[in-house]
Amino acid sequence: MSYTIEDPADVEFDVRTDELLINMGPQHPSTHGVLRLVLRTDGEVVIDAVPHIGYLHRCAEKIGENLSTIEYIPYTDRMDYLSGMNMNLGFAVAAEKLMGTEIPPKAQYLRIIIAEMNRIASHLVGMGTYGLDLGTFSPFLYAFREREKILDLFEEVCGARLTYSYITVGGAHDDLPDGWLDKCLAFLDYFEPRIEEYHTLLTRNHIFIKRTANIGVISPEMAKSYGCSGPVLRGSGVNDDLRVSRPYLPYDEFKWEVEVAPFDDAPEETVVGDCWNRYYVRMREVVQSVSLVRQAAKAYVTAEGSHRADLPRALKVPVGEVYVETECPRGAMGFHVVGQDDPKPLRCRAKSSSFCNLSVTGALAPGVLIADLSAIVGSLDIVMGEIDR
Amino acid sequence: MNADEIANCLSEEFGDAITGKNVEAMDPWVEIAPEAIADVAQFCRDDEQLLFDYLRNQSAVDYLITDARKAKKLEIEPRLEIVYHLHSYPHGHDLVLKVLLPRWKGDVEGELPECPTVSHVWAIADWHEREIFDLMGVRFTGHPNLRRILCPEDWVGHPLRKDYEFPLEYHGIRCQ
Repeated sequence: MSYTIEDPADVEFDVRTDELLINMGPQHPSTHGVLRLVLRTDGEVVIDAVPHIGYLHRCAEKIGENLSTIEYIPYTDRMDYLSGMNMNLGFAVAAEKLMGTEIPPKAQYLRIIIAEMNRIASHLVGMGTYGLDLGTFSPFLYAFREREKILDLFEEVCGARLTYSYITVGGAHDDLPDGWLDKCLAFLDYFEPRIEEYHTLLTRNHIFIKRTANIGVISPEMAKSYGCSGPVLRGSGVNDDLRVSRPYLPYDEFKWEVEVAPFDDAPEETVVGDCWNRYYVRMREVVQSVSLVRQAAKAYVTAEGSHRADLPRALKVPVGEVYVETECPRGAMGFHVVGQDDPKPLRCRAKSSSFCNLSVTGALAPGVLIADLSAIVGSLDIVMGEIDR
Repeated sequence: MNADEIANCLSEEFGDAITGKNVEAMDPWVEIAPEAIADVAQFCRDDEQLLFDYLRNQSAVDYLITDARKAKKLEIEPRLEIVYHLHSYPHGHDLVLKVLLPRWKGDVEGELPECPTVSHVWAIADWHEREIFDLMGVRFTGHPNLRRILCPEDWVGHPLRKDYEFPLEYHGIRCQ
């Protein structure tokens, strides 16, 4: 098949004698999946970085137009596969808002427990792989040891360890099994003291601070303009957490705090918006999530209603449109659903948080060292499945 | 400001370029004439009363109901809609802008409709517009780098169009 290149930006032909073109990825270990970065470098210094995405594109939005809302749930947890529960939740909340479905209190607390547990698991992977990016292997093993236990808990709840499809339109497809809450709380008691280990191992490690402090600084204005969200936005000092600013579950009943830079206990080399702060927001969020799960577990025991609302058999999406964002571990995952008085929606747009967070890379790259670029991309904590959808 | 006040504020500033609004909707929206969207976007971001500094989402919807009976019942005109979800951090208010485009420029099938870019207003619009161009087939005029982002460079057609036909093969790989 013949193919002519109309646009010179398609392949970066135009390289000066003293410059080097480096293709980083799509199979590079520090690109977190199939991300390809084309770097134009002068020695060790990056002049330009162009991200190329789409290697995992499955046209999930088109699939959404051909399925009913409940049938679409299993496709959502294949977006951000490290936090499938949060993806299920995001789409379920959007569909429920458009259809006007009320969720029983018990199901709401159940959703908080599950969503926050998945946030812990996801941030653990974020921490472990960030250590890998920067050349340390042991935090990764610690992180996966703990995550394994969360996956065991999830397996008990829904039978799956990665793609759960557990939270669904109207609530969750099953109630928590007997005795599950006790196991979950026992895990939290086991897990909480270990967070300090991670801080000793990584957060306050001298080399780690050297590699991340004052690297890849995103100003608050830049973070907003590039549509950043989640820990990336809060690491830049913008106080926005959708769990507080656009509550979709009763988070306001519990006592917890939004973690936002600057932090009192930050090393003095760090500046607001750098890689270290983004990383540290995640680690602090883990502590908040632990506390949220404990409080939600208490509320769940006495809550009324069942784990799922009674829904009509033929669940039609009415004419109208809605855009709902939920706070996923990686940021604000949005679903723009347009109904056409049919079980299948007319449009099922998924706005990915990692997509927006990654777009800032091109602006951060000029002038940094190649090794720092993997520190920057790692600190954004992207998942390609969500970017490419 | 509430949605009604914002809509009035925009009407005062731009007059006929504001072609419609619905402030009662779940997400209140204002409809903008395509040629004015870049100016309206700039105004929305910079005006002291509005300060919409955050583009939450930008997407496109293809309003083409292929089932004729259903299309008649719903009375939906075939069109493309570009949707901008804005948020203001200083004021804490939201707005949705909509731009209605013909499905094909001049009703000639294959000619992509055009819409001015807003990528100079919000940096993230750069990638969102590339995605809309790629999947929905809208040419954003003035965009610095309008090329496909998710599909391969040599992909034919725009998959999210309702009348898109899947290719039989791609580089010798059977697709159907």
